[in-house]
Amino acid sequence: MGAILEAIRDKLTAAFEPTRLEIVDDSSRHAGHAGAREGGESHFNVTIEAPAFAGTPRVARQRMVYHALAEELAGPVHALSVKALAPGEG
Amino acid sequence: MSEAAANPVHDWIAKSVAENPVILFMKGEPEQPRCGFSAVTVQILDHLGVEFVGVDVLQSDALREGIKSFSDWPTIPQLYVKGEFVGGCDIVREMFQSGELKTLLSEKGLLEA
Repeated sequence: MGAILEAIRDKLTAAFEPTRLEIVDDSSRHAGHAGAREGGESHFNVTIEAPAFAGTPRVARQRMVYHALAEELAGPVHALSVKALAPGEG
Repeated sequence: MSEAAANPVHDWIAKSVAENPVILFMKGEPEQPRCGFSAVTVQILDHLGVEFVGVDVLQSDALREGIKSFSDWPTIPQLYVKGEFVGGCDIVREMFQSGELKTLLSEKGLLEA
């Protein structure tokens, strides 16, 4: 498992205590594309389910995730696709 | 959003968002997106048949960084409807699939009935 994926998982776990967390490194689908890095770990898909998202609009949910991962997004992570759910939503 | 009045890029973005009912900050031009996420968002807007203005943030580093701080949103594309931030590619896609995007645009009078 890549170091960046692990950092994403640790930070999201600490910030949200998710009831479900799936992180997929989607970098290979973007190889050669602007923003893709040697060795991958530039594009991720995150599905996170956490009580913190209940009653929170979509934009705010995604912003919470982005804020938790600000360091990664400012650095190596070029794209982060986020699906943020409250328990029971999906 | 920034309170600082001294940021000319933010001023330009605020003005563009206010003047254009549907505006997409994206990578590349609508006719030739230069990123898959921007391309998907353009396809959705085209599919719904809504008129929109596309702003290519790759034309200027100041704009590319400025839109991120303006919206407090670190990724591109970014869609604004009637001055309100709707979201990026994930949210636009989700709202399209659920029918909410069409409803939103209709309610704002931006789609033919």
